Amino acid sequence: MSAAAAPVRPRRNRFLAGARLLLGSPPALFAALVLVGVVLVALFDDQVAPSGANDVDVQQRLQPPGAGHWFGTDDLGRDVLSRVVLGAKVSLQVGVVAVGFSLVCGVLVGLFAGFYGRWLDTALMRLMDVLFAFPAMLLAIAVIAILGPGTTNAMIAIGITYTPVFARVTRAAVLGVRESVFVRASRSVGASDPRLLFRHVLPNALPPIIVQTSVSLAFAVLAEAALSFVGLGTQPPAPSWGRMLAEGRGYVDLAWWIAVFPGLAIVVLVLAFNLLGDGLRDVLDPQQRSALEAARARSGRRRRRTPGRTS
Amino acid sequence: MTALAVRRTLQAVVVLLGVSVVTFALVHLVPGDPVRLALGTRFDQATYDALRERAGLDQPLVVQYLQWIGRAVTGDLGVSFRSGDPVTALILERLPATLSLALASILVALLIAVPLGTASALRPRSFVDGAATVLSQIGISVPEFWMGIMLILLFAGTLGWFPSSGYVPFTEDPALWLRSLVLPAVTTGLVSGSVLTRFTRSSVLEALGAEHVRTARAKGLPPRAVLDWHVLRNALLPLVTVTGVQLAYLLSGVVVVEIVFAWPGLGQLALQAVEARDYPVLQGAVLLFAFVFLLLNLVVDLLYSRLDPRISA
Repeated sequence: MSAAAAPVRPRRNRFLAGARLLLGSPPALFAALVLVGVVLVALFDDQVAPSGANDVDVQQRLQPPGAGHWFGTDDLGRDVLSRVVLGAKVSLQVGVVAVGFSLVCGVLVGLFAGFYGRWLDTALMRLMDVLFAFPAMLLAIAVIAILGPGTTNAMIAIGITYTPVFARVTRAAVLGVRESVFVRASRSVGASDPRLLFRHVLPNALPPIIVQTSVSLAFAVLAEAALSFVGLGTQPPAPSWGRMLAEGRGYVDLAWWIAVFPGLAIVVLVLAFNLLGDGLRDVLDPQQRSALEAARARSGRRRRRTPGRTS
Repeated sequence: MTALAVRRTLQAVVVLLGVSVVTFALVHLVPGDPVRLALGTRFDQATYDALRERAGLDQPLVVQYLQWIGRAVTGDLGVSFRSGDPVTALILERLPATLSLALASILVALLIAVPLGTASALRPRSFVDGAATVLSQIGISVPEFWMGIMLILLFAGTLGWFPSSGYVPFTEDPALWLRSLVLPAVTTGLVSGSVLTRFTRSSVLEALGAEHVRTARAKGLPPRAVLDWHVLRNALLPLVTVTGVQLAYLLSGVVVVEIVFAWPGLGQLALQAVEARDYPVLQGAVLLFAFVFLLLNLVVDLLYSRLDPRISA
């Protein structure tokens, strides 16, 4: 990136430089590729899956992985690969909707609490403390006890559970930005509160919220799988990775593949969100970013000195 | 220190009151009549009336809350809609199983995290460091219940070293108790251990860069003494906090692992209560978990400020 181009489109260049820095790290690149792959599989699941989620073929029950069924078949003769592929959509949907819910609620709470302070801060954050005092899984179970089991209710339960985390992260970031010179300057020229909040404070408080979103997506996928595993999330016969593990558990001695493949799918997706979160933290945290840029510059110089090693 | 302790305790009490309101509301947010729902097909008018009266559901809400919280303080959490047994007795019956699992898990986690985290911090970018980083990253991403199933497949199914499920009370047979504890404890311990390994590594790395460590090295102290006296003592201090918080998570995080190993703990009780729509039992379990969670956090907070005087300053 040339220094001369910087003043023309600074925001876009900053974004591109950040993206380049992020994808320059092998774990983050791996995470990004996995996530793109999973999203594509979820979007085109009907075309990718070799058969339907509930195509029962009792003649083919408990077949080990092989040419006909790459991931084998379950106790009803359903193709495990197809169910894993079709289950990706459920996991992603629950993750995205649940985290979207907690993101919107938590960011609004944190934004108002941090910006206005005083009694509003005390009232909102004590409420968040109360929600935070419940262990996450138990709160989700309690919410489902009220709403009833199902995919939609699992999304709401997980969304409520992770709201306080977003509220805390946002509030802390807002407190850091609230008294900045540019916010005070905007206020002094008569900017309204909504303008201050959404044009100046929120955009500058975003980095930790973005990191938290990636990490929370990992937690949400795990939570959906756990809820479905105990029978409170996605209901049969819909394919959900957690549900498949619960069904495969009884056959683990006879047919390991029913439980192994959906579990691996969860691990890969959660790992990708976690690695992306780590990468984003490195790029978005100014201190970490400087260290990363310095390290890249050093390794770049070393490569230039020994051109034979690069190809 | 005393002022800090009083302030933190008061804050915890306020949050606990909020928790009690939310837990109380649980029964009242259920659409329909909770007693009728719980009785289901076993409905008969006399039992229904007795349970409603025992649960105080015919009183105004505020009175119901005050009566409920008043009784809860004295250890009376009401009676199960299903069996009619006192909820406190049901919880106490399940407590040893959950406690032994949580404590054994944290022990496994520390046995992994402290040596591995320290070794990887002492040799950054070495093979050990790389392996520890990759393994802890994977450990954080693995669902505990899947890890449990895989361990059962390997160590109970293929090798036959440990039982695949079930719990034997310590008082019945200590050796069998230990054997039944190993797989569930390793399952949850591996996941918590991954979190703690990452934390130990960064904490030791930070301590290694401190000026007093450089001084200790400069004055010629043997490396082992520097590590034991100057690095680990400082680095492991924050680990107290994180271990406490992990223990609090473990107490509730074992819910799903208890299902995998048919472990008769509180998590299993809570799930059975949801399935049976036995709301007093669910209320009791949720209240107890939240109370323990808050208490552990408070103790950790106070312990940390006691260990590190800078905090209370």
